Amino acid sequence: MAHNTETEDPNRRDFLYIATGAMGVVGAGALAWPFIDQMNPDASALALASIEVDITAVEEGQSITVKWRGKPVFIRNRTEVEVEEAKSVPVDELPDQLARNANLPANAEATDPNRGVEGKENWLVQVGICTHLGCVPLGDAGDFGGWFCPCHGSHYDTAGRIRKGPAPENLLIPPLEFVTDSTIKIG
Amino acid sequence: MSTMIKMVRSFAAVAAIAIATPALSAGGEAPHIDRQQWSFSGPFGVFERGQLQRGFKVYQEVCQACHGLRQVSFRNLAQEGGPSFSEDQAKQIASDYTVVDGPNDDGDMYDRPAILADKFPSPFPNEQAARAANGGAYPPDFSLLAKARAAYRGFPWFVFDAFTQYQENGPDYIYSLLTGYEEDPEGVEVPAGQYYNHSYLGGKLLAMAPPLYDEAVEYTDGSPMTVDQYSKDVSAFMMWAAEPHLEQRKKIGFRVMVFLIFFAGMLYFTKKKLWRNVEH
Amino acid sequence: MAGHSNYVPQSAAAKWLESRLPVISLVRGSFVDFPTPKNLNYWWTFGGILFFVLIAQIMTGIVLAMHYTPATTMAFDSVEHIMRDVNFGWMLRYLHSNGASMFFVAVYIHIFRGLYYGSYKAPREISWILGVIIFLIMMGTAFMGYVLPWGQMSFWGATVITNLFSAIPLVGEEIRTWLWGGFAVDNPTLNRFFSLHYLLPFMIFGVVILHVWAFHTTGNNNPSGVQPKTKQDTVPFHPYYTMKDLFAIIVFLIVLCWFAFYVPNYMGHPDNYIEANPLVTPAHIVPEWYFLPFYAILRAVPDKLGGVAAMFGAIAVLFVLPWLDTSKVRSGTYRPLFKQFFWIFAANAVALGYLGAMPAEGWYVIFSRIFTVYYFAHFLVILPMLGFLEKPRPLPASITDAVLKGGSGKPAAAASAPDTK
Repeated sequence: MAHNTETEDPNRRDFLYIATGAMGVVGAGALAWPFIDQMNPDASALALASIEVDITAVEEGQSITVKWRGKPVFIRNRTEVEVEEAKSVPVDELPDQLARNANLPANAEATDPNRGVEGKENWLVQVGICTHLGCVPLGDAGDFGGWFCPCHGSHYDTAGRIRKGPAPENLLIPPLEFVTDSTIKIG
Repeated sequence: MSTMIKMVRSFAAVAAIAIATPALSAGGEAPHIDRQQWSFSGPFGVFERGQLQRGFKVYQEVCQACHGLRQVSFRNLAQEGGPSFSEDQAKQIASDYTVVDGPNDDGDMYDRPAILADKFPSPFPNEQAARAANGGAYPPDFSLLAKARAAYRGFPWFVFDAFTQYQENGPDYIYSLLTGYEEDPEGVEVPAGQYYNHSYLGGKLLAMAPPLYDEAVEYTDGSPMTVDQYSKDVSAFMMWAAEPHLEQRKKIGFRVMVFLIFFAGMLYFTKKKLWRNVEH
Repeated sequence: MAGHSNYVPQSAAAKWLESRLPVISLVRGSFVDFPTPKNLNYWWTFGGILFFVLIAQIMTGIVLAMHYTPATTMAFDSVEHIMRDVNFGWMLRYLHSNGASMFFVAVYIHIFRGLYYGSYKAPREISWILGVIIFLIMMGTAFMGYVLPWGQMSFWGATVITNLFSAIPLVGEEIRTWLWGGFAVDNPTLNRFFSLHYLLPFMIFGVVILHVWAFHTTGNNNPSGVQPKTKQDTVPFHPYYTMKDLFAIIVFLIVLCWFAFYVPNYMGHPDNYIEANPLVTPAHIVPEWYFLPFYAILRAVPDKLGGVAAMFGAIAVLFVLPWLDTSKVRSGTYRPLFKQFFWIFAANAVALGYLGAMPAEGWYVIFSRIFTVYYFAHFLVILPMLGFLEKPRPLPASITDAVLKGGSGKPAAAASAPDTK
């Protein structure tokens, strides 16, 4: 080549070239972030991240479904029979032995008290999304008197724990808190 | 480098000819809008928290009876770069407003106190209702007004504005409108329901009565309770409402500029080094 | 294009690919080993800058489309949603809107560079014509993009521009209604504009490839206008011009970021922050600045069809420019008379832009007419005549000769073989 720029030792990587290249990489990385972050939930979506639900009208043995973060949340006022039934199952017989309760440590056991709300054991609040592939299970159905997912046949018990079928985990308990005796804050 | 100098020179030449050609008088008499000092102008501009809070108070107590703020959410009041109310204060402010929600289980819409996620409810349900209540005039929504109003700058000022970063036409105009009411001048017939304002872009006669008077709004931080101060504060507040990310924008912009200038410098030397043996 | 590649596949895998799809040698031949005249000045970097801006606009645009809603009831609010709530939404939107303006800054410089150095002359006519086509699609894309925020200027700009088509004899009304999909600019119009605004940049991308292909076949023009003769006259595109273009792109980015971060609404119109209202026209409708010269030409003619014809004619004349310029010398550097007329033409174009922003009354109209006549006279009278009247300065023997004689500015002493078209 006639225009020879490599009069110096071609193996000596020039500091200027490396520094410029590094700066270009840093710049490209910084530029990429806004393009990635714009797909994350925006400020208006985050503002809706928590809801308050009035549960005065939910009688024993009844459920309501509310929408939280675009997903159904089952709120059930369980009967004493249901609670007893749930309590009577030994944890080591469960397919998923973790509580899956966002309010407890991740390694909490799937006992009935760990699934419910402290001091209000009749209330069961859980995200109504089957842990298999995301369908909404039907209430008061299935072999264990809890929930039954019609998509692929997962059976949940009266504490929302998976007992039979392809679902790998118990129904998820969202972050929640009783603001008053009749109001639950979810999220 | 010499070609770059030549480039600049040719730009200057074109500009000079363009300036020499049509320096004609502009038609009509546009109002003269004085430029004000704003804390948020320039490359390092930031909003003054106290001013935004005072401006919001003026908005609440004087303007919001007629003017909406429909793009702004209550949560914005607590967000960074804004009036910086605490989250609890913002919740408190929100709960004083009523919004329509629903339908409930009976299928009815119902009123409830606003929460942070809600937007400011508008004072009128629609434009027709607003006009009916205001003698045919439509009080514009405030959310974007500070960016939707600007006095005509004219040549050559608009050229300089790009370099001096003048972007405060909106608040300057709003301030000057609010302080621009005066006695009806002789020989000008002012119909009932209209008010004379020398700054009004739409032709000096305006359907809005002078909204502010001294001591109309109680300030607790010792700022003067004058029409002048109220006007400034509410103009600044409206600028924030129209451009809530202004501070973030300028802050990121500065970093971007520093990076790019540095990077350009390094690339220049890289390029120069590469080309050093090529006669070109 | 692949003809210039020095690429010899080494590994078995590379050989396997090369014999099936020679994409590596294609890219190397076009953008790595491609022999490029060594005397290209900074005006030539605007090609690379334009390619960069096109990609940047497509990227920010795709991202904005993820949050935008093309419906009259929601368009305005969805743009505000981007500005207020979406993470970095304000940045992406300001980069996109100011990027559009800077796109036109770059394309006008690029066009005027071509005009000055005779890049439209043989054998590069096809490249030039493709460039004019790109310019036309760009104008369409920019116009439809400006409608999307659904502000007052969006709406009334769309109304005025679509009404231009009603000037077409016989079928004008039908064409206008067809464009609208209704009896005024409304939801169907917005929806189709969104669809086309998304499509057209990819068409631009396609034509850009043809545009580059064409001048890579003929070789780049250069400031001397003399074709490269020996290897001494060229350098490989990479790293010489990749680095030079990259430097220019970053400098260009500084300007873009100045606008996007510090004066983001400088090039916009305040009325576009008022939601579209089909019942109220703003007092003074102006298009975006990059359309102003053509808008001035439109208004200069006191006849509806005539105005529209003049406006489109102002661009159409560029298509036949390669055959209007009769000079045998390519580069304006060696054409003393042409050089002066070139700058008068540039000033005339800027003046038309200024007049396009002024109200159509009084002296403004008179001047618009004079400048419009001059615009056409430049192409239809001055350029054809200059070729016969002008005595060009002697051309350098080669690019190397031009460079050694102290840059392209000074005449070369010994012009052995003038390079003519």
